[in-house]
Parts: sequence; C-alpha cells; structure tokens
Amino acid sequence: MQITAELVCFWIFAIPLVVTALGVVVARSPVYAAMNLVAAFFFMAGLYVLLAAHLIAFMQILVYAGAVMVLFLFVIMLLSLDEEHPQRERRRAMQYVGVLGAVSLLAVLASAIARVPDAAMSTLAQPDRFGTVKAVGQVLYTEFLLPFEVTSLLLLVAIVGAVVVAKERI
Amino acid sequence: MVPVTWYLWLAAVLFTIGLSGVLLKRNALIVMMSVELMLNAANLTFLAFARQSGNIGGHAIAFFVIAVAAAEAAVGLAVVIAIYRTRGSVNVDEVRALRE
Repeated sequence: MQITAELVCFWIFAIPLVVTALGVVVARSPVYAAMNLVAAFFFMAGLYVLLAAHLIAFMQILVYAGAVMVLFLFVIMLLSLDEEHPQRERRRAMQYVGVLGAVSLLAVLASAIARVPDAAMSTLAQPDRFGTVKAVGQVLYTEFLLPFEVTSLLLLVAIVGAVVVAKERI
Repeated sequence: MVPVTWYLWLAAVLFTIGLSGVLLKRNALIVMMSVELMLNAANLTFLAFARQSGNIGGHAIAFFVIAVAAAEAAVGLAVVIAIYRTRGSVNVDEVRALRE
C-alpha cells in the first residue's frame, strides 16, 4: 500500500484517538478524564473529515466537545468530588470478569470485521457535495423527516426531565 | 485510500475501551463519559459505511445519535446530581435502592 496524505492523516488522528480514549478510562480524576474525552472528540472529528462527513465533524466539535463536555465539567465542579473522595477505587473480581467480557466482545467484532469484503471506498457521484450541510439537510428533511421531528420532541422532554430531576424544589 | 476495515477496527477498539470503562470505573461521571465513547464508536462505523457505499443516510443516523447522546447526557447528569444530593456520593456500587 502506497503512502498517501490520507493514510498519514488517518494515523495522525487514529493513534492519539486511541491514546486519549484510554486516558478517559485510566485517569483517576474525573477532570482529567473529561479533558482526555474532549481531545478524543477532536481527533474523532478529524477522522469524520477524512470520511467526507464535514457537517457531522462540525457538529461533533460544536455539540460534543462544546456543549456536552461543558455540561460534564459543570457537574464535576458542582460536585467537587476530588477533595472528598481521594481514596483508591476498590476493585472487585466481577469488574475484571467484565473487562474480560469486553475483550471477548472485541474478538467477536474482529471475526465480523474479518468477513467485511475489503472493497475500496466507492467513488462518489458528487464528491464536492457529499456530507455537506446541503446534502445532509436534503436527506434529513425528506427521507428522515419524521425521526427529525421526533428528535426535537426528545430534546424537549430531556430538557424538562433534567430540570425536574435536578431541581431541589419545583 | 484508507480501506473501510481500518475504520471498523478503530471503532471496535474504541467501543471495547468504552465498555471496559463502563465495567471498570465506579464513578458515575466517568461511566457516562465511557458511554459517550461507545456512542462515538458507533458513529464512526456509520460514517465509514456511508463513505464506502456513497449513501448519505449514514450521516443522518449519526446526526440522530449525536442528538440522542446530548439528551442522554442532560438527563443522566441530572440524575447524578440528584443522587449526589441524597447520598453524597456518585459511586455506582452504592446506588442500589431498587435491589434492597
């Protein structure tokens, strides 16, 4: 396989992505885990650009790295867990068995991936339009119109639910 | 051209890391971050297949996954705050009111 710019970019994004994802799990402090997760989301957005998903890459940064992670950091700082719970986490045998199960899931996924025909990426009909706001918007408002509207309802329910659950007294 | 299987491998590894985080960590916040990681791995698979087949439907699904993840984060964090308020801890092992 010859080395192309796309290949180099893939590894530039993929290796730090796995490292920061491991950092989320390994980090002891929730703040470090959140910072690792923000970095992982940025590298993930880079991979989305490589896959010609420009709108989704932009939303990844805007919604995930922006809104969702700020929400996480707000809650971490609101709870201020670091000073109150400095103790090491107690590990149980069941947890290690669970990780063993996760690794065997990876084996199952590997056997499934091995069966995927290693076909080259299709040449796009309109390569300059694929994954843009216009193209994704068109399919969202025609083919996926009902799920799109239901999503707005879901977000409304989530907002109301979050307020009801988190507020001390309504 | 990067073959689609490489993206699938990456997504599988990320999903496994997220699943190990859910099973290994006891802090509810880090458990939720691991869930976000797993959702992202699913998104990467959708987008890789969308790119391979040239079908833009995968992008619409990824859009919905992001919206659902945002809703999940909002409600989940509200539950974490409510649990912290009543119990003073966010350790998922200590939250077992339904079991007892």
